[in-house]
Amino acid sequence: MLSRIAESLFWIGRYVERADGTARILDVHLERLNQMPLPQQRETSRQLLGVMGSHPEKNDIDLSDLLQALAYNRTSATSIAGALGAARENARRARETVSSSVWESLNTTWYGLTQHRKDVVGTYRFCHWVVERTAMVRGLSDTTMSHDESWQFLVLGRSLERADMTARMLSTHDVHAAGLSWVNMLRCAGAYESFLRTRRASFGDQQAAEFLLLDRLFPRSIVYALSDAEKCLTQLNPAYQRVGFINDATRIVGQARTFLEFHQTQDLMSELPEHMDRIQKACARASDAVSRTYFSQADELSWVGEVS
Amino acid sequence: MSELFADYPAAARKTTAFDEMFDAGYLPRTEYGQVAAALDALNLADVTARADSMARTFLDRGVTFDFAGEERPFPLDIVPRVIAGSDWEVLERGVAQRVKALEAFLSDVYDKMTVVSDGVIPRRLITSSAHFHREVAGFAPAGGVRVHISGIDVVRDQQGTFRVLEDNVRVPSGVSYVLENRRAMAKGLPEAFGQQHIRPVEEYPRRLLAALRKTAPPGVEEPTVVVLTPGVFNSAYFEHTLLAGLMGVELVEGRDLICRGNRVYMRTTAGEQRVDVIYKRIDDEFLDPLQFRADSVLGCPGIVNAARAGMVTIANAVGNGVADDKLVYTYVPDLIRYYLGEEPIIANVDTYRLEDAPAREEVLDRLDELVVKPVDGSGGKGLVIGPDATKAELDTLRAKVLEDPRGWIAQPVLQLSTVPTMSGGQFSPRHVDLRPFAINDGEEVWVLPGGLTRVAMKEGSLIVNSSQGGGSKDTWVVDGEVRGPAGVPVERPVVTVRERTSVWPIETNWQDKQSEQQQQ
Repeated sequence: MLSRIAESLFWIGRYVERADGTARILDVHLERLNQMPLPQQRETSRQLLGVMGSHPEKNDIDLSDLLQALAYNRTSATSIAGALGAARENARRARETVSSSVWESLNTTWYGLTQHRKDVVGTYRFCHWVVERTAMVRGLSDTTMSHDESWQFLVLGRSLERADMTARMLSTHDVHAAGLSWVNMLRCAGAYESFLRTRRASFGDQQAAEFLLLDRLFPRSIVYALSDAEKCLTQLNPAYQRVGFINDATRIVGQARTFLEFHQTQDLMSELPEHMDRIQKACARASDAVSRTYFSQADELSWVGEVS
Repeated sequence: MSELFADYPAAARKTTAFDEMFDAGYLPRTEYGQVAAALDALNLADVTARADSMARTFLDRGVTFDFAGEERPFPLDIVPRVIAGSDWEVLERGVAQRVKALEAFLSDVYDKMTVVSDGVIPRRLITSSAHFHREVAGFAPAGGVRVHISGIDVVRDQQGTFRVLEDNVRVPSGVSYVLENRRAMAKGLPEAFGQQHIRPVEEYPRRLLAALRKTAPPGVEEPTVVVLTPGVFNSAYFEHTLLAGLMGVELVEGRDLICRGNRVYMRTTAGEQRVDVIYKRIDDEFLDPLQFRADSVLGCPGIVNAARAGMVTIANAVGNGVADDKLVYTYVPDLIRYYLGEEPIIANVDTYRLEDAPAREEVLDRLDELVVKPVDGSGGKGLVIGPDATKAELDTLRAKVLEDPRGWIAQPVLQLSTVPTMSGGQFSPRHVDLRPFAINDGEEVWVLPGGLTRVAMKEGSLIVNSSQGGGSKDTWVVDGEVRGPAGVPVERPVVTVRERTSVWPIETNWQDKQSEQQQQ
């Protein structure tokens, strides 16, 4: 397939997952922020934005700035609206490759972005709507596209972004002075019920973090997302089955996953910030490596002579 | 008749145009019978609701055109334009004849120019055309076809006679709306579909792909076809994605292609892949910076050399613009007689050649009664309609014509035929044209039944271009009624019942035993 199209698909996967993750994080934090005294609210908002990778210019930001930056700002790819817009733009460029249902659901979502009230109450509904719409896009891409190379690129982008988003989710734990309760953190990832069923009685911060970081069966856990990404990379480049890897991305993702899986610790919570930092870096480096391997094009038109 | 048509006769009397739906006594013509019956059963609320849902579907599906950097849905009217099968057959033959003549003309122009030496058309007229490209002279394109895809614009005059308004053999666009309009109409006006046979349009992409593959360079067994688009900002980008998608081929931009040793490759995730046929949707001037505009970043350097070496087929061929030059258009009837030895089946619109001094003088005297068009314009650009123009506009036009008579033609103002169109809460007559699309695979010219009907949404307006507020209608070629006279169903072809064959191993009764066990 065309490199340009592969790149679009990779980014559709990433942006849709980013919108989903951001909506989940915003939803949970908004609840807490809304109950805080103003100075604390400002400080927390600023830190939250920092974790989400958005660095506001002014210092004292209020709730509406936060909503603008994370939900409605169409020009920044860290916001939900921006990410969905970018996903739709990529789908427009790869329209003949994605199935028409995927394109239509992204397009309809994009047109729906303006239909929401931009206050706190409206944002709750908005986040809910985004989670639904992105679930629909994922479902349609899984059921209406052939699981060939193009789909692998889509899932690769999705898995890397998912690992990254869960890492950010866990990082926001420290943003609140009292810490975000582990219940909310699990709800954020939609993992609450499945965690309860798995762990039964023993629960606490440590177990919740462990679940979101290391669980091999929960699809939004970091280990699960990274191994999904690894599978895609293997499918995309089935050579090197016996010894070693030529592909940088496979190496980066694999190293991050195996470190997490085989690492032994007594005090996960104090190590958490380092883990999260390394995971986010690994995702970014893997994404770069994928771009270099599959998407690189000569930057300008060049003419190669008559005979070569 | 429905209340929605209450003011129709009064509005129709204001113009002398031929009405497609109603005859002189304001009774629906035979071919419109089913449509009239379906519309009769609707009230304003129904029509509005259906129109809204059709517009919403178009927006969701992204059936848009790019207007001043903004995506707009292409307005589709709920009343279809219906053409009787018998009328269509004449039109179909006429379009095919014209395409064959233009094909012959182009291969002659870029070869020996016998048409000039035989005195049919003056040489200076060809060589002064802005789209005559010497870069492609002197070689036959791989596959032997130059006009793979064409759109011949026809209109109906006051008497209801079809006439050709212009030929488009460079990059005719609009076929995607034909395909999408039909899908939308099947949901918007399902009542009109049941009882009659409307010729289907959905085989267009298959025909197109077959023709493109057939004209691949000789010796290629499984040709790779691509659609070359200028990119997402082009006004017809939707059409490019739709056609590439329906044909199941890659949609490439210039930067995806690379020429090496007169072969064209595309950059894929698995390295470079050879390309054999390019369905070119960008203008010649931007195709190859080595041959044409050196500042173009839309094209791919070396592509024309590859075509010259016969290593790649470009559809439509480079340099076709000389055939749809509006001054060459005035010679097409002569070209049909010269190349095919036939009389033209569809006539031209009477046209003044402004290079002839007497014609020019007459036109300049009557500028306020005529339509004046630039010879190489498209999309209604630069066209001046005399009766609607201000004095200042006419004066500028006069100066322009005197400065460059070769650059302009003049035609009488043609009252294009009208079809009822939803506007302001009722149906009223709006002017339409028709663009049938033809595909030429080198042996046979196939014409898509119907084509694109464009409609001017403003009352009395004669300009149907989408960039100037035009919309479209679904175009139906209707073959009589399925139900014969006195309600007797016409015999349908016998449906053969397929014999069932069994290939699975003989079923054992394990399932029965299992269910027995469960019940115990």
